[in-house]
Amino acid sequence: MNNQLNVEIPSDSEVIIGILNNSDSVLKKLYLGYFPMILQLVVNNNGDEDEAKDIYQEAIIVLYNKVKRGDFELSSKLKTYIYSICRRLWLKRLKQLNRYGGDIKDFQEYLPVEDEVEKHEERDMQLNKMGDALKLLGEPCKTIMEDFYMHNRSMQDICERFGYTNADNAKTQKYKCLQRLKKLFFQQ
Amino acid sequence: MKDNQLLEMIESYLYGEMTVEESAQFDALRKKDATIDAKIAEHKEFTALLKQYNERLSLQSRLDEIHEEIDVHTLKEDLMAHPSWIVQLWRHHHSKISVAASVAIFAVLLTLYSTGSLTNKDPRVLPLREEIHRIDVAQRNLENKTNSIIKSDKTGPTISAKFRGTGFALTGNGYIVTNYHVVSGADSVYVQNAAGESFRTKVVYTEPQYDVAILQINDPAFKNLGAVPYRFKKAKSDLGETVYTLGYPGDEIKFGPGSLTAATGFKGDTTEYELFIPVNPGNSGGPLLDDKGNVIGVITGKQTQTSGAAFAVKSNYLLKAIQSIPADSLNKSLILNTKNSLANLSRTQQVEKLRTYVFMVKVYNQ
Repeated sequence: MNNQLNVEIPSDSEVIIGILNNSDSVLKKLYLGYFPMILQLVVNNNGDEDEAKDIYQEAIIVLYNKVKRGDFELSSKLKTYIYSICRRLWLKRLKQLNRYGGDIKDFQEYLPVEDEVEKHEERDMQLNKMGDALKLLGEPCKTIMEDFYMHNRSMQDICERFGYTNADNAKTQKYKCLQRLKKLFFQQ
Repeated sequence: MKDNQLLEMIESYLYGEMTVEESAQFDALRKKDATIDAKIAEHKEFTALLKQYNERLSLQSRLDEIHEEIDVHTLKEDLMAHPSWIVQLWRHHHSKISVAASVAIFAVLLTLYSTGSLTNKDPRVLPLREEIHRIDVAQRNLENKTNSIIKSDKTGPTISAKFRGTGFALTGNGYIVTNYHVVSGADSVYVQNAAGESFRTKVVYTEPQYDVAILQINDPAFKNLGAVPYRFKKAKSDLGETVYTLGYPGDEIKFGPGSLTAATGFKGDTTEYELFIPVNPGNSGGPLLDDKGNVIGVITGKQTQTSGAAFAVKSNYLLKAIQSIPADSLNKSLILNTKNSLANLSRTQQVEKLRTYVFMVKVYNQ
């Protein structure tokens, strides 16, 4: 199948090392390598290409985080792992959409990955909450938070960017913003 | 200490911006106050989540970028299992189709129910019965025609056929009267009662002049009928009298109502009455009764030239014939009933009583 579509599949160890080194080219190879398999799974089980994309990207993120955390063991093939995660995610999605017909047409062998998908979804929920909280936060707080906590900018930079007369004012502002963000986050 | 100052300390502690001295101080504070420790952990977690959120966003955008390069449409075409259009239709619209089908089934059931087609009656039964009935009638007509041909040609050669007439009991012990022309030339004569049981009989006397024959049932299966409910009238009956007959023009006993229309029969035959009564050749030999249930004659059925006219031998000639039976021909007593138990009954009650005394006469020739 993949040969037919002229896609180069990277070796499993190449992918792991590539992820750990933040390699864009390996990520691309990985993504292009296994997408057809997942597209096949989804479109032949009541889904469309956009749903396949969502599912597949989620699975790549799961794999990516797992490798980054350093707890990916090469006990199974990467291909099987990705397929299993996608299969599980797609089954859940089908049930949520009430489109599940009682059986799923499989194209690969698969592993039980319920726990992992469960963990991923919990985390995903937290991140979505964070995203929502940031959206509600408003400017300039949002940019201050992003600059300081996400992009690791120094207070000095932030001070200059927003025109604060001294660093203490900026710090007070940052503190207020953080308190508001927490409030928004935990309120949800 | 104010909260914002504490946060500042926590952050510089976490980022390792404190001097060794400050750090040691803070450690001591941490040990002393558990709430500070919890605050540190919470802050650490929250900021980590912020970082992860950022990482997720950037990874997502990287993936989206890669995804852009894939020709998803062509790929999809290649990978689809290409189910037939009907399967696709079902997949995409199965809920709508189900609802439509339910409505359709309901409508069909409702229609069937309202038109009565949902009952167990098979609409084909009726025509079928009519068909059978038509065949039956055609067959009977044929049979009756055969009978009349045979009957009208008394002197002709015996035709190998089965035909029949009617007879009725003279006594309860098995003497039966019928027409001479019914049994003439017969090899064997059987009578069959209303219940469908057949009994073998012997012709004990014939009187061709009056067209009368006396039969005796000599079948061991026969049981005494009991006293006959009717009386044989000696006197002449009057014109206009309401009369009726019972007979077997077909397989079933038939009632024929009529009236007495003339005191003489065919071509002025004084032994017979002329009647207006619906009879067929199978009625030959049947009893002719008046309103009160007296037997006034025996149907001979020699009509056909005159439409609507039938004939019956007068009962006093029947009595004459009975009297002329030689005594040695009878092995059982033939004493006619003189009591009429039908007089006060309605017509239907009379018929109900009579039916056990009226027989189908079946004749077998070689």
